[in-house]
Amino acid sequence: MAHAHDKEIARLEEIANDIRKSIIEMLLAAGSGHSAGPLGMADFFAAMYFHVLHHNPKKPHWEERDRLILSNGHICPGRYAAMAHAGYFPKKELLTLRKFGTRLQGHPERERLPGVETTSGPLGAGLAQSAGLAYAARLDGKKWRTYCLTSDGEQEAGLHWEAALFAGKYRLANLTAFVDRNNIQIDGMTEDIMPIEPLRAKWEAFNWHVIDCDGNNMQAIIDAVHEAKAIVEKPTVIILHNIPGRGVSFMEGKFEWHGMPPNAEQAAIALRELRTLGGRIRAEHE
Amino acid sequence: MALNPKAYLAADLLAKTILKKPTRDGYGDGVVEAGKKNPNVVVCCADLTESTRSLAFKKAFPERFVQFGVSEQSLAAVAAGMAMAGKVPFISSYAMFSPGRNWEMIRTNIALNNVNVKIMGAHAGVSVGPDGATHQAVEDMAITRVIPRMTVIAPCDMHETRKATIAAATLAGPVYVRFAREKTPVFTTNKTPFKIGRAETFRFGKHATIVACGPLVHTALLAAEVLAKKGIDCEVIDNHTVKPMDARTILASARKTRRVVTVEEHQVHGGMGSRVAEILAASLPVPMEFVGMQDRFGESGNPEELIEHFGMGVSAVIAAVRKVMKRK
Repeated sequence: MAHAHDKEIARLEEIANDIRKSIIEMLLAAGSGHSAGPLGMADFFAAMYFHVLHHNPKKPHWEERDRLILSNGHICPGRYAAMAHAGYFPKKELLTLRKFGTRLQGHPERERLPGVETTSGPLGAGLAQSAGLAYAARLDGKKWRTYCLTSDGEQEAGLHWEAALFAGKYRLANLTAFVDRNNIQIDGMTEDIMPIEPLRAKWEAFNWHVIDCDGNNMQAIIDAVHEAKAIVEKPTVIILHNIPGRGVSFMEGKFEWHGMPPNAEQAAIALRELRTLGGRIRAEHE
Repeated sequence: MALNPKAYLAADLLAKTILKKPTRDGYGDGVVEAGKKNPNVVVCCADLTESTRSLAFKKAFPERFVQFGVSEQSLAAVAAGMAMAGKVPFISSYAMFSPGRNWEMIRTNIALNNVNVKIMGAHAGVSVGPDGATHQAVEDMAITRVIPRMTVIAPCDMHETRKATIAAATLAGPVYVRFAREKTPVFTTNKTPFKIGRAETFRFGKHATIVACGPLVHTALLAAEVLAKKGIDCEVIDNHTVKPMDARTILASARKTRRVVTVEEHQVHGGMGSRVAEILAASLPVPMEFVGMQDRFGESGNPEELIEHFGMGVSAVIAAVRKVMKRK
């Protein structure tokens, strides 16, 4: 198994922190949107855009690129922030999130912003589209891979499991799915709203290879993706156990922050925490 | 007889002995032709391969045929993904399930995404017959025509369905084609013109315009023949493209006749006739009558008796024309 060097891990962690700062700034400017999910998945987005994906921010339509499908479109601030930091578009455009005329729609739309592979938001549909991409790529003998991030709430959707059946049947090993397992959804904790456990057993029963992973541990995320690439007989799902709102103490683990943005005061506290890495270092701007 | 000679309709158009074949056969032939022309055409089916006539494609191109099982939602959404990677997927099921059950995937993952997926809805209309209301799609045109970017086609016979299928493959963007289960008259020919978005005038007349789509175009022609003998001369338009509708042809005819009857095997609410009414109301309000399902569900029976029972047969079209003629 390939291990990234400590230096690379440190670089990615720093990028994840920058992505978190951008997320807070974007949500404050937008005045609406989802906080917890994007923060929890900031490590994932950093890992994907800065280490895993074969892509070219200057050529978003490059045919041989890996495809990253964001099924849980509501956490798009995390993706947008990662894309801007990777060079897809100017970082200042992040502040247009959710505003009239923006390319950064409240839920992402294909064709509006180059690099956004598909329109998403209505949950349960991303894995199916990803399976279609992976199936077509294999039909054409293409090497590019398809990655799909799904939420845990979306494990309650029928379409999602139709797609899981399909990918299992056709042994789509060029497809890797991720579950943003942060245990919260809009109305509360997933296991109260509609239990999805035992999640590993469900995926295994659908003929997928399953990896449980610490979704806020950069090394663990990268190792899991490498393992998925090595599994050639079936698709792989990586369950990213993570803390929603990660990096901002008063948001961590709170489902109330699922669909809410911070106000100015809360944003200031959040940014201070992120700049100081939770008080461990002095902030530059103080 | 005022048939349009340039429509090249079958010589035995009005004969009881006219050849009858289901429109779905035209899809089966057409999608194989589309597959020969374009190696990116794939056919996706949800456990109805023979019935939808996708079987011909499966035999011709097994490597490009994808079986989904009873999973109409993923049928639409997986096809959207395939289209993003350059494929031209034809998804086939019964209209009640696709675009019925999977409407939101068609709306969001196909149309809003703006990808090139063709939705082939078999078993549309009450003429599905004995299977009953659960399998009789009479709402499919309404729910597809409201979707931006969607093209909606209701071909009138086997030949036209074949042409529509081939044309759909070359049109960039989502297309919905509906076809029927039952054998219906094959009254157009290979030479009959077909272009998506252009209605064809099959019969010229001056007293009233009958705008029809699907196999009921033949019913409209039969009704026009009866009425002609009574001195009422009807224009009959094959309005196969329900969206984008050929407003020019419909307006030109209505300007001449000042009377319009629409005929469709579909709910009158939101269907083809509703779109005709929207067009006429905007610039040329004239008296209209609507032949179709009057806000009811179908039921079991044989196709002919169901068409009569629900008021979509020859006598119903004649009655509608007579009624519209009396209106001012």
